[in-house]
Amino acid sequence: MKRIWQALTSGMGKFISIRVLQIILVLYLYMTLVFIILEAQPGDISDFYVGDPKITPEARDAIVQQLGLDKPILERYFDYLKNFMTGHLGCSFKFGNIRDTPDPICREQRPTWDLIKERLPRTVVLFLTYTIVSFYIGFFMGKLIAWRRGAIVEYFSTVVGVVLFTVFTPWFALLLVWLFAVNFGVVPIGGFINPDTWTNVQQIGATACGVGISCTNIVFNTMLLWLGGLTLFCGGAYLWSRRLTYPWQQQAVRWGALAIGFVVLGLFFGGGWPGVSTQAVIVRETKFWFFIWHFSMPAGVIPLFPLVFDFVQHMLLPILTLTLISFAGTMLLMRNTMLETMREDYVMAAKAKGLPDHVVRDKHAARNALLPVVTSLIFAIAFSVDGGVFTETIFSWQGMGQLLLQSALDHDYPVAIGSLVFTGVFALIAHLVADILYAYLDPRIRYD
Amino acid sequence: MQAAPTFEPAEALWRVRLHLLGRGLAGSWAMFAESKIGLTGFGIIVFFALFGLLWPIYPWLMEHVAWTQEELEAARTVPYGAISSIYQVYDPVNGYDPLIPGVENPTAPSRRHPLGTNQFGRDILAQLMASTGSEFMLGVLAALITVIIGTLVGAIAAYYGGIVDTFFMRLADVFILFPLISFLIVLGSMIELTLLKLAFILGIFFGFGQITVILKSQALAVKVKPYIEAARVAGGGHFHIIFRHIIPNLLPLSFLYMMFNVTSAIFSEAALSFFGLLPGVKISWGIMIESAHTLGYILGGRSFQNWWLWMPPGVAITLLCSAFYLVGRGLDEVVNPRLRKR
Repeated sequence: MKRIWQALTSGMGKFISIRVLQIILVLYLYMTLVFIILEAQPGDISDFYVGDPKITPEARDAIVQQLGLDKPILERYFDYLKNFMTGHLGCSFKFGNIRDTPDPICREQRPTWDLIKERLPRTVVLFLTYTIVSFYIGFFMGKLIAWRRGAIVEYFSTVVGVVLFTVFTPWFALLLVWLFAVNFGVVPIGGFINPDTWTNVQQIGATACGVGISCTNIVFNTMLLWLGGLTLFCGGAYLWSRRLTYPWQQQAVRWGALAIGFVVLGLFFGGGWPGVSTQAVIVRETKFWFFIWHFSMPAGVIPLFPLVFDFVQHMLLPILTLTLISFAGTMLLMRNTMLETMREDYVMAAKAKGLPDHVVRDKHAARNALLPVVTSLIFAIAFSVDGGVFTETIFSWQGMGQLLLQSALDHDYPVAIGSLVFTGVFALIAHLVADILYAYLDPRIRYD
Repeated sequence: MQAAPTFEPAEALWRVRLHLLGRGLAGSWAMFAESKIGLTGFGIIVFFALFGLLWPIYPWLMEHVAWTQEELEAARTVPYGAISSIYQVYDPVNGYDPLIPGVENPTAPSRRHPLGTNQFGRDILAQLMASTGSEFMLGVLAALITVIIGTLVGAIAAYYGGIVDTFFMRLADVFILFPLISFLIVLGSMIELTLLKLAFILGIFFGFGQITVILKSQALAVKVKPYIEAARVAGGGHFHIIFRHIIPNLLPLSFLYMMFNVTSAIFSEAALSFFGLLPGVKISWGIMIESAHTLGYILGGRSFQNWWLWMPPGVAITLLCSAFYLVGRGLDEVVNPRLRKR
């Protein structure tokens, strides 16, 4: 007991526990704020049917009673908090139940939480990918243009950066869709999957995927699981390799991890175990599918690669657009902080020592200019769901943002409000996780 | 008994203050004018301001410049849809040109319609001009509210510290991480958002967020300056110190962040109206792009043949947003000496 207490009140543990407490407080404030603002709007859902001749006043009263709108406001507030904590975000008005048994609470309607569970991974994969790509490019370019201050490159990239940073996103996205999808025809116009590719899968995999649940989700989530696992593996190997003594050991571990990652990925996606078959497998217990099980798979199953390729193909254009729009912000930020760092004494000292230019730039100036960029990365990840609304809608990428906008436009309030609350909570939790990582990477933060 | 000595300044006090203010502004302007990006942005803003101000006289101007006497006569006497005044042609919401048959719309830029007409026959330039004023109003109003709230709260939180500080900083955490776009979408589907309401909501949400934190840290640096101590010793009250000594020193930074907030406010409005969530707004740049998009003029494969439908509003939003951003960057170099050239 004492040791636990000690761990929680010193150093990193103290930092984490304080942050967690703060986040819980903020979470509570956020949920209360949303409740108050929504409650302050005139009327309620039943007013929607005032002009509807099919719904009599008695029926409207029944709706009010059913939704609990006749209860006193305080009781509704506690219900709202309790329901959120227990994972009930309400039942959709529009989406019907897709399982073979009625839902215990929503009966023939689909629970909002179920919808969010389906949509969230799609949003996360899209936004995580573009965030990493665009931050890397922005960091790299910002570093370069700050180093060559006053060159034509700087003016040119500042102008391009400002235009891309402030461009009207939906408009720009539409132009890119027109250019790449309509004009060149290299990528699909939009959507999440190509239905033609999946009709077969749905037929063959019906038993394995479960009644009513689309195989798409299972394949997509499996893909995510593998990609995420391999990324973690490679990242872990990289971090571990930094503790090794000799550069050649470090290099060997890093390249080895990368190679293992690619081989596993190839085996998984291509489904080919050398000399056996290049046709692999999806369905059957794909959730925890392991490539060696491939031997016991029956013939005639569907190759996984075209399916994964289908996702990737649909992801290319959104990622390109989002990267173009957002790398500029990082680039400008990096340029600014880099300009500040370059005036520091230690940079001059490094130059005076006679270190090569690129070493001073990369190891002395850029490393220290990185912190504000990491801060903005944290915010970018936290806001991924919120900022995704426009892009997802333009590209018909069926993620959280599109769900929120569509349900708001359709007056499907349980889903709209449920995903709004969830979006905020997601942002808070993502922020907490990123904060802890940040403190781990930069010791100055946690000893503040 | 001796009369209390009175101090008679050589000049009236207000004149001295005005003079000082003028000199301060001239100095700041000279520094601001050094940065090319800031000046470019300022030029674009002036251009759009003139563009928006030109709107009330635009139909009159067109009547005298672009329309011939015969055309005017014809427009007043066509069998159906005859107009009684030129304003009917250039109405941004339901104007039409009686000399152009409906099926010919959208028409390419011509003498009477410098940027062409859209698919319903509305003059694009008129729509563009009519929206400029409201975009400006929204952006500036939202940013003003943001800055007023941010400066006040930042100064108060820094000055009092303790529980006040903690409360406002936690509140700022909520507002920083608040999914504003999602929230506006849900709200827009519930009530009829007008530009004024939107400006207030945006102003309040931005005001309690990031800007409070930034201005508070600046105010903390001001608070420990000797002149604050001097003011307190001289008997200045809390109110006096906050409003006369702390806030004036925050204003340059507030003004800087105001510019960035104008950009975000204009962007939010355009995006919301693009998705049809601002039914209270009849015409705006976002709506212009939306109507071109929903009728297939952007993705229809013949985009560049109908460029006047989607190019002007998109370019206008981008230009105005980047103009405020550029001014902000220019001011940044004035306010933040560390960014100045080596």
